[in-house]
Amino acid sequence: MADIKKIATRVSYGNTLVELAQQGADNLVVFDADLAAATKTEIFRKEYPDRHFDCGIAEQNMVGVAAGMATMGYVPFVSSFAMFVAGRGFEQIRNSIGYPHLNVKIAATHAGLSVGEDGASHQCCEDIALMRSIPGMVVLSPADDVEARAAVIAAYNYQGPVYLRFSRLATPVFHDPETYEFQIGKGEKLTDGYDIAVISTGLMTNEALRAAVLAKRQGMNVRVINMPTIKPIDEEIILTAARECGRIITVEEHSIIGGLGEAVCSVVSEKLPVPVRRIGVMDQFGHSGPANEVLRDYGLTADNIVNVIRDIVRPDAKA
Amino acid sequence: MTKLETLQLKLTATRVRMGVIEATHGAGCGHPGGSLSAADVLTYLYFREMRIDPEQPQDPNRDRFVLSKGHCAPGLYATLAERGFFPVADLPTLRHSNSYLQGHPNMNTVPGVDMSTGSLGQGVSAACGMALGAKKLGSDINVYTLLGDGEIEEGECWEAFMFANHYKLDNLCIMIDVNGLQIDGATRDVMNSEPLDHKMDAFGFNTIVCNGNSFADLEQAFKMFDLSHGSGKPTCFLLRTTKGLGVSYMENAVDWHGKAPNDEEYAQAMTELRAAHATLEKEIEFNNG
Repeated sequence: MADIKKIATRVSYGNTLVELAQQGADNLVVFDADLAAATKTEIFRKEYPDRHFDCGIAEQNMVGVAAGMATMGYVPFVSSFAMFVAGRGFEQIRNSIGYPHLNVKIAATHAGLSVGEDGASHQCCEDIALMRSIPGMVVLSPADDVEARAAVIAAYNYQGPVYLRFSRLATPVFHDPETYEFQIGKGEKLTDGYDIAVISTGLMTNEALRAAVLAKRQGMNVRVINMPTIKPIDEEIILTAARECGRIITVEEHSIIGGLGEAVCSVVSEKLPVPVRRIGVMDQFGHSGPANEVLRDYGLTADNIVNVIRDIVRPDAKA
Repeated sequence: MTKLETLQLKLTATRVRMGVIEATHGAGCGHPGGSLSAADVLTYLYFREMRIDPEQPQDPNRDRFVLSKGHCAPGLYATLAERGFFPVADLPTLRHSNSYLQGHPNMNTVPGVDMSTGSLGQGVSAACGMALGAKKLGSDINVYTLLGDGEIEEGECWEAFMFANHYKLDNLCIMIDVNGLQIDGATRDVMNSEPLDHKMDAFGFNTIVCNGNSFADLEQAFKMFDLSHGSGKPTCFLLRTTKGLGVSYMENAVDWHGKAPNDEEYAQAMTELRAAHATLEKEIEFNNG
């Protein structure tokens, strides 16, 4: 495992901003709220200091300033921790960006529980729910470095508001940069299988892939679908999975309320009802601890996913 | 400004006030009080100060205006209509289901509206972004925004004020309509924000206190804003105004913050405004002759 490259998607974000600017994205500007070192916009600030604006610890104003800047033809990326930009800035995002449908990209880092030691006040498991409820908002949740880079580029090229969800934790890169293609609104079938479909997003896709390997050893064939776009959701890939696998597990580093799981449930319940089990953060807050330990405590690991798969596929088998 | 020019502005502002009454009466709801206190500064902006062309509402080189106190949409719409952005006859469709005149300004449906607003405290941030954008573009665009004195109770306003000073937005003119009243009563009783001049000075603004219902005062204030370009300081006007000005029973009456005139009240308001209009026309005729 030592040769597997690990990168946090927030780093992918910072690097890609620079690449976009180098490739001629002259209208790209970046805003941060005193967290440039953590959100990795400092990578961009170092190269393009005159296009990076620190707004101080004032996320509401930052979101509004970006909206105004967008009306002048710029493509602003605003950054902070998910909790503070999507949470504190929710109404500004809704009214000043969403309602006028302005071309602002909201890049939230430190999403989910994997913030780790900072604890519940900084761990955001509500941002997908908040953002997908805003009409016209695209919600992207990339799973690794390759996908995160592609998502940033796609967001820049897309005309309209986009929410991007990045993580603090460095995680394995499993996509091949040579062959990977990203398209907003498209899910990705990573493994083929017909016993059950596991639909995952963000960091959890890595866990889902590992779970599929473990399940295979136990004779269960799992279809892993990576869902980097939460909204608009890829209905086709979900319905195909429902038809061909007959049951679905969703996995997300987010509350089971309002996230990927409910997005999938919305599709199948109306078009092709099949059982869906949601793995995510139950209706509760997180706690402090090293990221991997916190994720384990909340069942967001390959081991727990395998247990759930077995419970559903082989209800009579002993654990 | 000559006496004739002043009279003509007063005449236009009176027509804007008529538009406010037409719009809110047509809607059966809405916010006449703050629209009337702001009618003079809106008139001055759109008929004398701003570089705009009603034929080209999306001209990238136009000056920008953000109505941060978005509930005063009737005042903005009446001004834009009077200036020729859309027909005055459409004003009574305000807030109707099939109208483009949304209850609060919508930049995507109303010609001449530069930013969608309505949730207090947000417009001023957008105006800061526009001013910053203009600076980065190397453009000489001015950005104006109008806030209510109740609105500045929102913390976001003070974030934006810090930002405007920090980024030296001397192309930004923040105007606060200090009419002294908000929904729950007098601002000094609900949440006292005075002394505003000291606060804005302390936040680094080129602060100008003036009578926001006097065109002579407004002319001086805008001249001082023009002179401040290059100073690195954003400008703030503290416009002392009378809420409901122009309609006797609405003046300084907190009830008229967010209530539409009924048919009888509408008739009285229009009678008063038409009389003021006729008097001004006579004065203009006299000064022309």
